Amino acid sequence: MKGFIALEDGTVFEGKSLGIEGEKEGEIVFNTSMAGYQEIMTDPSYKGQIVTMTYPLIGNYGVNAEDVESGSPKVEGFIAREFSKIASNFRAQDDLLHYLKKHNIIALEEVDTRALTKHIRVRGAMKAVISTMDQDITCLINKAKESQGIMGRDLVKEVTCDAPYVYGEGQRSEVRGQRSDKNLELTTPTCPDEEQSVKNGVSSFPRPSSLVPLPSDLRVVVMDFGVKLNILRLLKKIGCHVIVVPAHAKAEEVLAQSPDGVLLSNGPGDPEGIPYAIGEIRKLIGKVPIFGICLGQQLLGLAYGGRTYKLKFGHRGANQPIKELATGKVYITSENHGFAVDLDSIKDQPVRATHINLNDNTIEGLEHEVYPIFSVQYHPEASPGPHDSYGLFAKFKDMMLDFKQMRL
Amino acid sequence: MPKRTDIQSILLIGSGPIVIGQACEFDYSGSQACKALREEGYKVILVNSNPATIMTDPDMAERIYVEPLIPEVLEEIIRVERPDTLLPTIGGQTALNLATILSERGVLGKYNVELIGANYKAIKKAEDREEFKEAMEKINLEVPRSGLAYTTEEAKKVAREVGFPLIIRPSYTLGGTGASVAYNIDEFELLAQRGLESSMINEILIEESVIGWKEFELEVMRDKKDNVVIICSIENLDPMGVHTGDSITVAPAQTLTDKEYQVMRDAAISIIREIGVETGGSNVQFAVNPDNGRMVVIEMNPRVSRSSALASKATGFPIAKIAAKLAIGYTLDEIPNDITKKTPASFEPTIDYCVVKIPRFTFEKFKGADETLTVSMKSVGEAMSIGRTFKEALQKGCRSLETGVFGIADNRLPGTNDPEFIKKGFPFCS
Repeated sequence: MKGFIALEDGTVFEGKSLGIEGEKEGEIVFNTSMAGYQEIMTDPSYKGQIVTMTYPLIGNYGVNAEDVESGSPKVEGFIAREFSKIASNFRAQDDLLHYLKKHNIIALEEVDTRALTKHIRVRGAMKAVISTMDQDITCLINKAKESQGIMGRDLVKEVTCDAPYVYGEGQRSEVRGQRSDKNLELTTPTCPDEEQSVKNGVSSFPRPSSLVPLPSDLRVVVMDFGVKLNILRLLKKIGCHVIVVPAHAKAEEVLAQSPDGVLLSNGPGDPEGIPYAIGEIRKLIGKVPIFGICLGQQLLGLAYGGRTYKLKFGHRGANQPIKELATGKVYITSENHGFAVDLDSIKDQPVRATHINLNDNTIEGLEHEVYPIFSVQYHPEASPGPHDSYGLFAKFKDMMLDFKQMRL
Repeated sequence: MPKRTDIQSILLIGSGPIVIGQACEFDYSGSQACKALREEGYKVILVNSNPATIMTDPDMAERIYVEPLIPEVLEEIIRVERPDTLLPTIGGQTALNLATILSERGVLGKYNVELIGANYKAIKKAEDREEFKEAMEKINLEVPRSGLAYTTEEAKKVAREVGFPLIIRPSYTLGGTGASVAYNIDEFELLAQRGLESSMINEILIEESVIGWKEFELEVMRDKKDNVVIICSIENLDPMGVHTGDSITVAPAQTLTDKEYQVMRDAAISIIREIGVETGGSNVQFAVNPDNGRMVVIEMNPRVSRSSALASKATGFPIAKIAAKLAIGYTLDEIPNDITKKTPASFEPTIDYCVVKIPRFTFEKFKGADETLTVSMKSVGEAMSIGRTFKEALQKGCRSLETGVFGIADNRLPGTNDPEFIKKGFPFCS
């Protein structure tokens, strides 16, 4: 059966449906990672987006219960050149097609993903509709034109948790949003810790010494704007007690948890779509060490009084080169963002740029010069992607220890 | 950091005549390196005994010696030319071995020639099987169980400890020359003897067999500032037990989840750092147990290789050219990316297609030769193909072999309608 992706500018791409009937609207974007489709599909930051994988063969290694970044796929639609009908990996617990059907994700294959990607690169990411129901192209294009889009919209409320919870205490992940994830088949997010990895046969590798878990009673409150599970796993791994609070939590509620540090998570959509969070973050500045990731950096930028702007087609991939300005060192990172902070708009603030993207010189890292606050636009927790920046979690830990020391 | 101004001349060693295991991929990389260094203003002195190479064309280097690639001749050239540096990493195993010998004989020290790219210590750590094993253990990476031997008696002792089947790997060789798989003690002695003879230092590593495991390679690059990037990942269709040069290979790796790939990537980065390849490219090989994902490191080549030529073509990232620039002091972020021209070379290529390499055999020319593929290379060449799907690339590759075959399942083999032959499988030997 045929399926279509209709873009608001009138362009239409045809594909073959994988058998899931439906129609969804979303912003059409592309991701250049060659592996990691399970992590990508389940990343809450993709809420409201239809994701095109540039790598043509998807599904080669099936799916499993560990490689998820949230309880279920969050993409509105998923597009690839070819979906593998078989899974060739010892960790596979199911094949991708079955998984997509189970979660009702509209997926199309045999799409000319190269043409689609090039189109997005030239014309920018834009509103689109993916459909395996409607075969009327003109109708679909109109639907795309009239669709909501993501500018100024609060998508975070759809992926944030309902109530605060403590991560990693054997409880069910209560990551529910307004459209609750029924059938949380992939349950308690467990991180493949050392023992688990060995059991699974994944060879242990020399982790940076900064990630050797040292016993600590550091309490971290994570403001959940659509947090990726690997952020929580890594915080737990470095020995923190992790408390996750919803996006609409007030600063007082956060501080009431006696945090040694606050982590502002990644999340979907336009940072200006969640003004309620910006106000609360502003109240936290100066009170507690803060680490912002992706959307977290953008929210900090806005909290500092600055502006954010939309990139033409965003950065989504696992090979983005970042330069650390202080040392000149290059890190290969994982990215998934469509917005960035305008450095000019915060030039009067005691905030400096710490990292830039070597592909287009956009700001990828900020640090407050007075308070213990730093943030990055990219994803140091990777998943998928390179581990080069895991050290930032160690930096956060050191920052919290220093702050704690100072307060004594 | 800017390129070095304290050196003016660079000696490059080519790879000599084309042989099974070391073919024109080194003319490819050597030519790239010559051009890259000359355009930076250095005087390039080149030695290569093979005239059927582009690198020995008159305009490729200032001084070109078409002379035997033996230590005595190299010493004489060094005595006459007095190069400041020697770049041994773009001439295959031949260049690496020569650099090692010249270093050990004191020639490089006597004439003050600095090894750039990979120094003596790094070469030794990678090539000397014992040192390599220790280096891997130091960084918590597994290698197959093994023992070294210098005589057949010692070899038999190690074999009894390691158990059968096992793999015999001579040190300081290329293309697996002299390497073999032994299934029992009877065939072992002769194979061990052969191995000892092929090694420059009469040393063989007798290793636990990981035959049948998945085989992967990563092409890695490092610069002076310790920035490390992975250029390409390659997965072998033929499992461990068949040399990668004789295997059908695919880029990028197809059956690793991101989690598993990142473990491998982290390992490759640790390896290039621990071995100490200061600048340039390396090829790291891994074996992965398909049943439980257990990963072991097989070997590391601190130089450009057959795979780097493939990786360069597959990704558009000119490994040899960039390696040459890194050797003279540039960092990856200072070198422009050849494809975009606007962004730097400090990135990891990502592709939206599939690349397949298929080896070419000419067993019909070697009547009586054993056609069984093992750990010692037998292919004489290769063909590469690009497609949007693996299937497309594989079929295209079959056609590129020029054996009259149109695909994996083509039964129109020239000269035979024998169903038994067809049943045997891949018709790559015409």
